[in-house]
Amino acid sequence: MISRVWDLEKFGDSVAVIDEFGETVTYAQLKNESEAVAQAVGQRCLVFSLCRNETGSLIGYVGFMNGGIPPVLLNSHLDEELLRNLLAAYKPSYLWIPEEQYGQFEGMEIVYRSYRYMLLKTGYENTFPLYEELGLLLSTSGSTGSPKFVRQSYANVIDNAESIMAYLQLDSSERPITTLPMNYTYGLSIINSHLLAGASILVTDKGIMQKEFWNFFKEAGATSFGGVPYTYEMLDRLRFCRMNLPSLRTMTQAGGKLLLDLHEKFARYADENGKRFVVMYGQCEATARMGYLPPEKAAEKKGSMGIAIPGGKFHLIDENGSEITAPCVTGELVYEGRNVTLGYAESGADLAKGDERHGILHTGDMAQFDEDGYFYISGRKKRFLKIYGNRVNLDEMDRLIKGRFEIEAASSGVDDHLYIFLTDETKKDAVLRFVVEKTRLNSAAFQIIVIDEIPKNDSGKILYKELSEYFAE
Amino acid sequence: MTNYEKYVNVFTETFSVSAEEAVKLEYQGISEWDSVGHMGLVAAIEDAFDIMMDTDDIIDFSSFEKGKEILAKEAYGVRFDK
Repeated sequence: MISRVWDLEKFGDSVAVIDEFGETVTYAQLKNESEAVAQAVGQRCLVFSLCRNETGSLIGYVGFMNGGIPPVLLNSHLDEELLRNLLAAYKPSYLWIPEEQYGQFEGMEIVYRSYRYMLLKTGYENTFPLYEELGLLLSTSGSTGSPKFVRQSYANVIDNAESIMAYLQLDSSERPITTLPMNYTYGLSIINSHLLAGASILVTDKGIMQKEFWNFFKEAGATSFGGVPYTYEMLDRLRFCRMNLPSLRTMTQAGGKLLLDLHEKFARYADENGKRFVVMYGQCEATARMGYLPPEKAAEKKGSMGIAIPGGKFHLIDENGSEITAPCVTGELVYEGRNVTLGYAESGADLAKGDERHGILHTGDMAQFDEDGYFYISGRKKRFLKIYGNRVNLDEMDRLIKGRFEIEAASSGVDDHLYIFLTDETKKDAVLRFVVEKTRLNSAAFQIIVIDEIPKNDSGKILYKELSEYFAE
Repeated sequence: MTNYEKYVNVFTETFSVSAEEAVKLEYQGISEWDSVGHMGLVAAIEDAFDIMMDTDDIIDFSSFEKGKEILAKEAYGVRFDK
């Protein structure tokens, strides 16, 4: 079989995957097992994969990617109603699910099983045609269950993984441990780049707040992990800097801007303990990574997300679209590189679309660079927040609430703190329950504020600036 | 308020559950008690009992019952006489 992404044969008996229960899968086994899943599908068609950080989930993913079968990667805990809507909109031919979730899909034919995952045939007819280079579909939010996906090509995935491997200097001695969901672009990029390097991936669905995670970390000798800003806040609370972790080499951070004092603290910890702390920048629309701050600059350039990754290029444009050439002037960040994805899909019909971006991405992030050419993110053009690393679109949030309750609602906030303004006091608790259920985010991220009237201008546009006075420090 | 009542209160307030539900709680047993919820729980417990918990105890705090055992340790000295 021709492998479209990874040459697994090259690493033969090296270990590719180790799970928390001690089960290992070599590269040779990964090749056989993943090809078997692809063969069970037997044709190029769309698959929905309900992901967990488990061996079976990974084997399916590798099989689909190498076998030319585009998967839509979703969290296995996605709200059932949202999942049903996605199924109806995209009509995948197969599902790759954890065995224990079969109850959700009773009646569908079980075609194949491997490592506690099963392949189900959906039976949808009139499925949608797929563009020949379409490799993978990922959600931008991962949470609100929006039917909008980013279309990534095989070349996108390979190019970005190669670039990450180069700037992080990854080789087969690496043992990254999973700390992020694999359906999340950052978590997936760790898997993609390390499989290319022939490294051993430590998979666990346990989190950093659990003893089992740290036992596995120490026993299996993890060398690296990635974290969003909230991960680092939790690590700080765990007094991470006092933990004895001799196997650890590298900590990476992405998914939003880290608080300055935490950036400094972890940079100093890394420096003093012979480890690397690498702040990075990226988006699902650019496969995963676009920028990184070289670890030797971590302390000196705190607050910066760094420079473009190998093969990529950043520039800034002003409101008229002209390039900004002077340092310390804010403009929209534009990225160019082969990892810029094809575009979005908002319906099954969009799966036939080709490359709409041609290697150029307007990131929607506002940034500036300093005299040395290091970039700093200063804000966003669009209305969204990052909650625990997940993008949450505020307009979409308003639409969800209005659609369900038929009341006035406006959301605003800062990263990790979303404020929902309502005028109807009686709906307060129900709205909170609803948004937690829909986003699957902890309720600590949301605060409902009841006000007399949502401030609007003459043409009825909501004045978000006035709302921000309710939560500004 | 006894220490036990205080302890139950931390759970009922952090996770919006009843006292009957609180005593049966385990990490990830409800969606609210995830890693984010855990951080909030630990902060609330540290506040309520005016203690600073060790890393090992924070990650070992896997249920309502386990938490009681941890807090009763000498380092924290929280006594749960009912």
